Amino acid sequence: MANLNPVPNSREFDLARDSLRDLNFFMHRQAAADGVSQIQVKNPDGAHSIACGLNADLQVEIHGHVGYYVAGMNKHASVTVHGNAGPGAAENMMSGRVHVKGFASTAAGASAHGGLLIIDGDASLRCGISLKGADIVVGGSVGSFSAFMAQAGRIVICGDAEDALGDSLYEAVIYVRGKVRSLGADARFEPMTDTDRATVKNLLGEAGLVHDPAEFKRVASAKSLYHWHADADQEY
Amino acid sequence: MCGIVGLLVKKPALRSQLGALMVPMLVGMTERGPDSAGLAVYTAPVSEQQHKISLYSGEHAVDWPDLLKQVSAEFAAANEIAAHGNHAVLTSEADPDELVAWLTRHVPLIAVLSVGQSIDLYKDVGAPADIAERYRFKSLQGSHLVGHTRMATESAVTPAHAHPFTAGRDFCLVHNGSLSNPHLVRKRLEPLGIEFETDNDTEAACRFFEWRLREGDDLKTAVQHGFSELDGFYTFLMGTDRELLIVRDAFACKPAVVAETDDYVAIASEFRSLAHLPRIADATLFEPKPEEIYSWRI
Repeated sequence: MANLNPVPNSREFDLARDSLRDLNFFMHRQAAADGVSQIQVKNPDGAHSIACGLNADLQVEIHGHVGYYVAGMNKHASVTVHGNAGPGAAENMMSGRVHVKGFASTAAGASAHGGLLIIDGDASLRCGISLKGADIVVGGSVGSFSAFMAQAGRIVICGDAEDALGDSLYEAVIYVRGKVRSLGADARFEPMTDTDRATVKNLLGEAGLVHDPAEFKRVASAKSLYHWHADADQEY
Repeated sequence: MCGIVGLLVKKPALRSQLGALMVPMLVGMTERGPDSAGLAVYTAPVSEQQHKISLYSGEHAVDWPDLLKQVSAEFAAANEIAAHGNHAVLTSEADPDELVAWLTRHVPLIAVLSVGQSIDLYKDVGAPADIAERYRFKSLQGSHLVGHTRMATESAVTPAHAHPFTAGRDFCLVHNGSLSNPHLVRKRLEPLGIEFETDNDTEAACRFFEWRLREGDDLKTAVQHGFSELDGFYTFLMGTDRELLIVRDAFACKPAVVAETDDYVAIASEFRSLAHLPRIADATLFEPKPEEIYSWRI
């Protein structure tokens, strides 16, 4: 079980010794009663589902690499991974903040409704797929099919994007600084407005990244797929 | 779902630890593949005149010394056998094709798992930890290996359907994913005289690549041809006597992580199978990009 810690509102778990279930159980059911608001996790060693489904204002620091679904469904909590994340980091996040200091595997931030996901390194394919309102800031580049069918929210990409960026976008907006290998169906470059530049500046500021917002391009939906056209013959 | 693991040690001094380093990698992939496991290990090659044949008898008790006597009576060349339980490695100076044909005809209960000068192959059904124990994986020595834990999704759970698959000499392949056109690939290869042992999709990929190698491709070129011929999801890990290669399909649905240090290249479906490796904190970690070919030579 968890160590007693000299800092009264802090608790440390070592996953080389403590079970993942104990860690997640503590954060869900015990932390509030014990007055604990800060959790340190050592030796995550690629474990799945660390800090999943949190629903409290906890600060979780994970020291190492994590596996699938870290901070999935997060609400209110701030989760920092001092390492790389496996597939589905912060998927379905509702609010709060998730910060991956290394790289993130596929489908980071998938379907996230709210909150902020920061990835300092690269994100793999399908970053922000079906995004529903969260913000994502990627310090590096993103893989193919990122922001596929993204419905709401904003994605800031400081590096490059691979193929089919923003395919079948709805109302989400993408800001990309580097090269885009290809845009997906119905995604288009649009002029940056003052509001866009202010948005990028704010999100970069929240992520602690320094770039000139003027270097970013805006990608949004051309909305030609919003309505079905009988004469399009399925050619889009 | 399946788990893949690969390990290549860069320094000859580490070859004695290959199996010990690998076992936690394989066992770490148990949740991804609880029904079968296997691995190919590449050892120092036998002499130029010799070949090694990995044999598996499943649930049948085989009198291996007696088998060696029969083989020696049939083939005048020098023969040796190293047997453990239902597994044996037969080393022989006989022509390997003739020897395999003879074995298939005279001892059909014994399966030929691999043929080559460096490769030893083990595979069976059961939990990876049990299989590692059964075949003493911890004591395996060599320069590199290719391992797999299987969760069957498209064909039966049998030792023959377990990975690695082999074809030709010293070539093996493991697969996480599923191919959508294995029957087309098979229809294309069978008229060329290429025979299949199972209905497994991975076997189609294995025989496709081995056919390309025999046609003169190097392994990377063979994999390039695979991009247009093999449809489906895959992370493939392949081994030859000199090389370890990984490639993921264009959609990269199936995970893989590579850790490289001055001492080793270690590959697994997930980082949790790499976390125990020595000085992993200093390793360069990356995920292979889609349709990019990564290979390492011994």
